Amino acid sequence: MEIYLTPIAGGILIGLASMTLLATLGRIAGISGIVWGAIAGPDRDWRLLFLVGLVAGGSLVHTLTGLPLPESPSAPPIIAVIAGLLVGMGTRMGSGCTSGHGVCGIGRLSLRSTVATSAFMLAGVITVFVVRHLLGGFE
Amino acid sequence: MKQWPALITGLLFGAGLALSGMTDPAKVLGFLDIAGEWIPDLAFVMGGALVVTLGATPLILGRARPLLADAFRLPVNKTIDAQLVVGGVIFGIGWGLWGYCPGPAMASLAYGEPTTLMFVAAMLVGMWLDGKLKLVTSRVED
Repeated sequence: MEIYLTPIAGGILIGLASMTLLATLGRIAGISGIVWGAIAGPDRDWRLLFLVGLVAGGSLVHTLTGLPLPESPSAPPIIAVIAGLLVGMGTRMGSGCTSGHGVCGIGRLSLRSTVATSAFMLAGVITVFVVRHLLGGFE
Repeated sequence: MKQWPALITGLLFGAGLALSGMTDPAKVLGFLDIAGEWIPDLAFVMGGALVVTLGATPLILGRARPLLADAFRLPVNKTIDAQLVVGGVIFGIGWGLWGYCPGPAMASLAYGEPTTLMFVAAMLVGMWLDGKLKLVTSRVED
């Protein structure tokens, strides 16, 4: 059980962060929406502040705990571009991602978010199956 | 500076992502790989986060207004339509290709990997592109 301590603690931290944002500013911590809103507006200020914190918070953990930095995937860089395009298009079309739909949406028992989360989880599982087990990976 | 909680909550959120291992694409892809050597970490992350949000959301929304804003700004759309499902599927394919969803991609920018920068740049283009597509289709429907 001890090896799952950091996933559980990290998950609780994500939940607490989302709830603090809701309790103070009344906003949903959906990262895809925050990213696009920080560029296109309206209300860019709080979104930009959140993103500054997000980037700083990630590296702070590694500095403070000595947790090694994760490695990037070894797949060709073009896959990063294709994947990024799909993630950007899909999250805007579907109005949210893992945080907005998965953590906050299911947290407030939204049927819409539960449907969206099921859709991207299933698509992710099928994609990894096709890439790893049918195509034999990218390497 | 009424918006300062955004900085603090962003910091907590980023710390949670890094601590939980969600900024590690190998762990995320390992979770999605149910036919291979399954890595269950993401289930514990979601579980930990949902225990908090399921418990706290009703308490917070039971108040008349947020502590530092005039009103709660919640999504009003309740329809389950093709956009929601197709968007989710497109996002899921991209997620399964590289192992980043938007939060971990943004938090990983500080790690300084060029491919992460490429991913985030492409993600912004994708978001912009979807807005353009919506404009075109709404014009056709008119």
